[in-house]
Amino acid sequence: MPDEKTITLEIFRYHPESDAGPRFQSYDVPYNEDWVVLDAINWIKDTVDGTLTYRWSCRMGVCGSCGMMINDEPKLSCAVFLKEYYPNPIKVEPLVNFPVERDLVIDMDGFMEKLQSIKPYIIRDDVNDTSQGEYKQSPAELAHYKQYTMCINCMLCYSACPVVGSEPDFLGPAALALGHRYNKDSRDQGFDQRMEKMMEHEAVWGCTFVGECSVVCPKNVDPAGAIQQAKASAAQEYFKGFIMPRGAGK
Amino acid sequence: MTGKYHRPHKWNWFLSKPAYMLFMIRELTAVFIGAYLILLLIMLAKLGGGEAMFSEWLVVLRSPLWMGLHFIALVASLWHSITWFNLTPRAMPFFIGEKRLADPLVATAMGYGPWLVISLVILWGVLR
Ligand code: SF4
Ligand code: FES
Repeated sequence: MPDEKTITLEIFRYHPESDAGPRFQSYDVPYNEDWVVLDAINWIKDTVDGTLTYRWSCRMGVCGSCGMMINDEPKLSCAVFLKEYYPNPIKVEPLVNFPVERDLVIDMDGFMEKLQSIKPYIIRDDVNDTSQGEYKQSPAELAHYKQYTMCINCMLCYSACPVVGSEPDFLGPAALALGHRYNKDSRDQGFDQRMEKMMEHEAVWGCTFVGECSVVCPKNVDPAGAIQQAKASAAQEYFKGFIMPRGAGK
Repeated sequence: MTGKYHRPHKWNWFLSKPAYMLFMIRELTAVFIGAYLILLLIMLAKLGGGEAMFSEWLVVLRSPLWMGLHFIALVASLWHSITWFNLTPRAMPFFIGEKRLADPLVATAMGYGPWLVISLVILWGVLR
C-alpha cells in the first residue's frame, strides 16, 4: 500500500528473567480508524513481536481483563480508539498501583483477596439454599443495588485511586462497592459480618472521596458513591454500638 | 519465581492530573474554614469581654489585611460547600419505588435549599 498511515505505540516492556527494570519499546502500527488500541496491540503480537504479553478476552468491554494505562489514564484497551490519539503516539503501560508480572500483565492476587474478604455472596441466617423456594425481590428492592452489580472487575478504579497507591492494604473502590452491593440486597442477612471488615481502618474510612474511581469506571458503577453510603452505614453501626453493644440483643 | 516490578507511588501524585489537583484544593479549603471558626471563637471571647473590647476588635477587623483574609475564607467556604452539595446525591441516594431521584433534585433538597432558607433567615434577622 502506498503511503500507508501509521501510528506509534510506545509500550512498557518488562521480562523479569532478563530485564533488571522496565523499558519502553516503540512499534509503528498501520493506522486504521476503526481500530481500538487493543487491535493495534494484537497486530503487534501477531505480526512483529510475539513476546509481547498482555491480557484480553472479549474485545467488547465485558470481561474486564484488558485494562491498561493509555497515555497515563486507566482505560479498557478494547474500548478506546486509535483515532482519539492519531497522529500523536500512544503510551501504553500496565495498570498502576499493581505490581507488574510481565509487560502489560499485572499481579491481581491482592485484588482478588480484597474482593473475597468482603464476602461477596448472599449470606443467610436461615437455610442458604432454595429448598424452601426462592428468595423473592421486588424491582424496587433490586433498584437499590443494581448499579453496583455492573462491575466487571477491570481494576481501572484501583489505578485511578491515590489511596490505593499510597496504602496498598486499602480495600479499594471495587471491593467496597461490591460489599455495599450485598449489604443493599434485600435477600442478604450478612450485613454485620461484612461490616466488620468494611469498618476496619483500611476500608471505608480509608477513602477520602477523591472520586476518580467513578470517573474512570467503564460501567458507571460509581464506587465512590457506594463507599460514602457505606460510610454512613458504618457510622450508624458505630453509634449503635454505644447504645447496644455488639452481640447484645440477638 | 521471578521478581515482580513495583512502580513507586510519587509523593506529588496530586500534581499529575487536574482532577487530583481539584481534590487537593477542596481539601485545602477546609483549612480556611477551620481558621475562620477559630476566628469566630475569638470573636465570642471578645464579645464576652464587654462592649468596649468588642468594638476595638471590630476596628481591627476592618483593616485591609483582615478584610482580605475574610474574602479568601468566603471563597474557600463557598467552593467547599458547593462541591460538597454536588457530591451529596451520590452519598445519599433517594428512591421512589424503582426510580432514583435525580441528582440536582437531591442536591437542592439536601444542600442548596436549606442553605438558601437559613441564609434568608439570617439576613432577615440582621436587616430587621
Ligand atoms: S468498579 Fe468500575 S472501574 Fe472498578 S473494577 Fe468495577 S467496573 Fe472496573
Ligand atoms: S477485552 Fe474484555 S473488556 Fe476489553
